[in-house]
Amino acid sequence: MMKKILKMLATAALGFGLMTGPALASGGEQKNAPDYDFSFEGPFGTFDRAQLQRGWEVFRQVCSSCHSLKYLRFRNLAEPGGPEFTVEQAKAFAAQYEVQDGPNEEGEMFMRPARLSDAFPSPYPNEEAAKAANNGALPPDLSLIVKAREGWYYPWYISPFIKLVKGNGGAEYVRALISGYEEAPHGEEKEGLNYNPYFPGHWIAMPPPLAGEDVEYLDGTPNTIEQEATDVAAFLAWVSMPKMEERKKIGFMTLLYLLVFALLMFMVKHAIWRNVKH
Amino acid sequence: MSTTTAQDVTRRDFLYIATGTVGAVGTALALWPFIDQMNPDASVLALASTEFDLAPLQPGQGVTIKWRGKPVFIRHRTEEEIKKAKETPLAELKDPIARNANLPPDAPATDENRVTDGTGKVNPKYLVQIGICTHLGCVPLGEAGDYHGWFCPCHGSHYDEAGRIRKGPAPRNLDIPPYKYISDTKIVIG
Amino acid sequence: MSGHATYEFKNPVVRWIEERLPIFSVIRGQAIDFPTPRNLNYWWTFGGIAATMLVVQILTGIVLVMHYTPHVSLAFDSVEHIMRDVNYGWLLRWLHANGASFFFIAVYIHMFRGLYYGSYKSPREVLWMIGVIIFIAMMATAFMGYVLPWGQMSYWGAVVITNLFSAFPVVGETIVQWLWGGFSVDNPTLQRFFSLHYLLPFVLAALVFLHIWALHVVGNNNPDGIDVKSEEDTLPFHPYYTMKDLYAILIFFLVYLGFVFYSPWYLGHSINFAPANPLSTPAHIVPEWYFLPQYAMLRAIPDKLGGVLVMFGSLIILLFLPWLDTSKVRSNRYRPLGKIFFWLFVIACLTLGIAGSQPAEGAWLTVARIATAFYFAYFLVILPLLGKIERPKPMPATITEAVLSKH
Repeated sequence: MMKKILKMLATAALGFGLMTGPALASGGEQKNAPDYDFSFEGPFGTFDRAQLQRGWEVFRQVCSSCHSLKYLRFRNLAEPGGPEFTVEQAKAFAAQYEVQDGPNEEGEMFMRPARLSDAFPSPYPNEEAAKAANNGALPPDLSLIVKAREGWYYPWYISPFIKLVKGNGGAEYVRALISGYEEAPHGEEKEGLNYNPYFPGHWIAMPPPLAGEDVEYLDGTPNTIEQEATDVAAFLAWVSMPKMEERKKIGFMTLLYLLVFALLMFMVKHAIWRNVKH
Repeated sequence: MSTTTAQDVTRRDFLYIATGTVGAVGTALALWPFIDQMNPDASVLALASTEFDLAPLQPGQGVTIKWRGKPVFIRHRTEEEIKKAKETPLAELKDPIARNANLPPDAPATDENRVTDGTGKVNPKYLVQIGICTHLGCVPLGEAGDYHGWFCPCHGSHYDEAGRIRKGPAPRNLDIPPYKYISDTKIVIG
Repeated sequence: MSGHATYEFKNPVVRWIEERLPIFSVIRGQAIDFPTPRNLNYWWTFGGIAATMLVVQILTGIVLVMHYTPHVSLAFDSVEHIMRDVNYGWLLRWLHANGASFFFIAVYIHMFRGLYYGSYKSPREVLWMIGVIIFIAMMATAFMGYVLPWGQMSYWGAVVITNLFSAFPVVGETIVQWLWGGFSVDNPTLQRFFSLHYLLPFVLAALVFLHIWALHVVGNNNPDGIDVKSEEDTLPFHPYYTMKDLYAILIFFLVYLGFVFYSPWYLGHSINFAPANPLSTPAHIVPEWYFLPQYAMLRAIPDKLGGVLVMFGSLIILLFLPWLDTSKVRSNRYRPLGKIFFWLFVIACLTLGIAGSQPAEGAWLTVARIATAFYFAYFLVILPLLGKIERPKPMPATITEAVLSKH
């Protein structure tokens, strides 16, 4: 019920925003990411486990060759509220990566297979190496990317309402960005840069990361470019907010409790003030 | 203005008591996150295992490594030490329990029970124990004391070749941490 | 009004303590029997709500400090550690971050209530002035707290606000370097902000104590703005106002916790989830929403020093309000013109807030300038003049009369 009302409000707000938005957006340079109904949206939304597991495959087979994910620990993959791999699966994933440890008794740093407590290793030893390998552009860490980016730009009188109902659109931004590359406008091609209408300023150093049919899905989901982008956006949303399901669950119980308590307090207040003119 | 009847009063009392109870329960529940945040967090709990290679240790040599922020004594015991530890009658021990996290809590403090990882593998050469005196938490000194095991300088507790308390104020044998042999000479602690 | 009744206590232990430290009669007299006007409306509950928010902020803050690390290379990581690993860390962090916003919401409503009902007028000038100092101290606290997560907006907010002091001639640069402890916002800056962010809330608590003390000397104002004339005009604080305040706090918490659990970063900035980078400024530098009106005034003035003076002036002027308003009538209920201008002032403040969130160019700059002019005109021209020309409506003689005429 509540979800329906929220959806209606959002649709109305979006419609209004779309009508007036382009006319008022300054310069009209920023393209809004298309809205997408992720399973984790709304006050009762939860992550789709299978989708997160697919998104993890996309991340590790594609994104992880340039991007780090330094706040993700392998143990998180098996924790409740996420992709919920089994502990054995998470251990097996960890064992496929090498992390630096040490120093050992000889004072040398050494490489060893990762364990559950290790963070996902960065593809580069430091920021400078990452820049050097990418034409001077630094591939950002993706641990918080969904919270750190916004997907839509509406005028000031409507934007606060859209964001209240639909959030900042970070997951939509990621999804639109990696599947939304376009041909550069004729004659404007730039060396080493790619044209993407969703990227602020439109010229992004990252080449199109997904081609479609490049990530193997074990569950048989068709691996179109759109599907891969959606799955990895959902996965990165979980990495950005790993406690979301716990937060909503505790929140629901807390608000329910407060509602009952407030109702009782209203009756108490009413009983005390009943015979007093004020 | 209505006059208050006795029934009104009891109904009102019930409302006050119910509201007070609801408020008290809610306050108590709200305190929990403030208390629980001080418990070991997820990253601390996850860091609970350390690997160690026993092969480089020579007989008579011991090392101290860190596990969960605590010192762990690992000693390659000599034949003589093993023999002495094995010959000690259980009746002479102050604490007759093995204190080995890999065994049931009532296992007797035989030398075998002090050097096993609980999978049936007994390796009397290597003694692995938490290097914290069971009296008040100091770190005992190795190859010292009346029993040539460990001696705690803080309050004078003497431990034997198998880390069992023999003399002094400490109540228990040195604790054996949970560990497993992953090969003949490699263990994982925790 | 604060007449000290002498109480007889039956419990011998209570009596023993009471003879040595009269704490029980103070509690009884100030928190239970304290005579409070019977006609206070719900706008009067926001003082208690604000005090509650201060307690929430101190409690959550103390436990967050147990996990936070004030160092440029660790601050951002330690906040993520709180969010991901610490038991209920995410809850405590969001309670604290949103708590700041809701503390400001309560305090702003509390201030506008005082403004509307003339609560700053004689004999409550000192009470009001302590309140203004609390407001300024809490702005400083909130600003330094926002720097601690060391995200992009934390960093660049700190850069912009500390640079305000460079506007002062001759000593400006020296002051800024002293604030920074270096030649840019860096580790020394973060560490001193952390220290002060921990200290100031306790100063705030002491100021709140003085604020309540001053209130209990002169007694509450009330919606009719008439002095209490007899006992009939009042009710004991407990249970009447304790229970009413508690009810209001619960309703306020429903909204506050709604944000904590369902939109915890709605009131913040997305870009603050990117770690501070001294080499690249985000496209739009905007302070937290509660500073937007002051920020708009800063940018409305084309001169650097002028903008800074106007911004600080907008706060300092509040200290002089009791003497700028010349009207003898406290409550705007009985001031037909005062009421109109009060609402225009509210609109000006909201407009400044919106203008502060927009890029300072074009139409928004003009709007911000007009609203800034009105803000100062309200205090310097309108309020002094209104008292002379306005003809107040007839007022009831007592609070009881005002109450009875409603029924």
